[in-house]
Amino acid sequence: MTTATLEAQSTDAAIQSFTVTFLIRRFDPDVDTEPRWQDFDVEMYPTDRVLDALHKIKWEQDGSLTFRRSCAHGICGSDAMRINGRNRLACKTLIKDLDISKPIYVEAIKGLPLEKDLVVDMEPFFASYREVQPFLIANSTPEAGKERIQSIAKREIFDDTTKCILCAACTSSCPVFWTDGQYFGPAAIVNAHRFIFDSRDDAASVRLDILNDKEGVWRCRTTFNCTDACPRGIEVTKAIAEVKQAIMRGKP
Amino acid sequence: MTAIEAPRTPARPARKRGVNWEKWGWIYMRASGVVLLVLIFGHLWVNLIDGEGIKAIDFGFVGGKWAQPFWQWWDVLMLWLALIHGANGMRTIVNDYTNPGTVQKVLKGALFAAAAVLIVLGTLVVFTFDPCPAGSPADLLPSFCPAV
Repeated sequence: MTTATLEAQSTDAAIQSFTVTFLIRRFDPDVDTEPRWQDFDVEMYPTDRVLDALHKIKWEQDGSLTFRRSCAHGICGSDAMRINGRNRLACKTLIKDLDISKPIYVEAIKGLPLEKDLVVDMEPFFASYREVQPFLIANSTPEAGKERIQSIAKREIFDDTTKCILCAACTSSCPVFWTDGQYFGPAAIVNAHRFIFDSRDDAASVRLDILNDKEGVWRCRTTFNCTDACPRGIEVTKAIAEVKQAIMRGKP
Repeated sequence: MTAIEAPRTPARPARKRGVNWEKWGWIYMRASGVVLLVLIFGHLWVNLIDGEGIKAIDFGFVGGKWAQPFWQWWDVLMLWLALIHGANGMRTIVNDYTNPGTVQKVLKGALFAAAAVLIVLGTLVVFTFDPCPAGSPADLLPSFCPAV
């Protein structure tokens, strides 16, 4: 037990730590009229994450720093933020993957109302998510005591879009969404895709009709910002293109 | 387990029936883009490379092309497809970068007016082009016109 601890400490000491400068876009609605940039120097290991830096700042330097995080392991989707100009999850971005010779810029995701520091109002995002009816709508009744059967091949069609964690990294990276909050946004379309292409679901035409709207899939400019931003590696732009194809066919 | 009932009415009212301009606009951009590729590169080939190449282009060359219905239709098709394609692309940019309101309406109106005027004028020129208009002074006419 004791030896193990000692060993762990000695290996830790062997790893070089660095002083990393973070520039964080702060906004306190009670004091500030405009957001402002504040810099923090934090001692970090290359294997640390941006979230660890935010924790260190909050716990050791400035307790007023406000951000969302829940699981801290890339699955709850609450700590999406703009790191060096790209939407990333703070808990999945390692220091070694960033250029620490320059300050690391951290700010809240764009296109949603800023509430405080790195926290934005997610309600518009969830409102468009709700509008695509992201739940199973089935007319059939499965056999008593059985589930609806789906082949592996049919499950594969929408497998990619089941991975969404609703972190809003894609939607808030979309230039169309920045200027027009009415646009459904990539995340809502991804979650519609998940049910449109599900063979057990019977309301694909309803969802296709919703997304055939003026503010629907046709506003997508295929800039691929969303695909680049997705921390789950979902091919978002491809999913949107598949929905466009389905609307033109009139069925999934 | 029973069948699941339909959910409550959605927050956003369902789209009105009728022509879906956004969808057809999107399809138009794809379709016209493919046709324009052929038309424009064909145009460039015939004007700049084929035969004598760029040296052949003069008033008479264009006049000769527009004497044939094939080239009249080629150019008119290119004019219509390209102007609508371009204007629709600009409309998209206006939609993306301005908020709904007066400015947006004015910009879209200007785009529509510019495209409409150019299409009407262009079509008129291509189909009514006469290199040797009757009654013009001889010194303004190109050399290939028959002497009056």
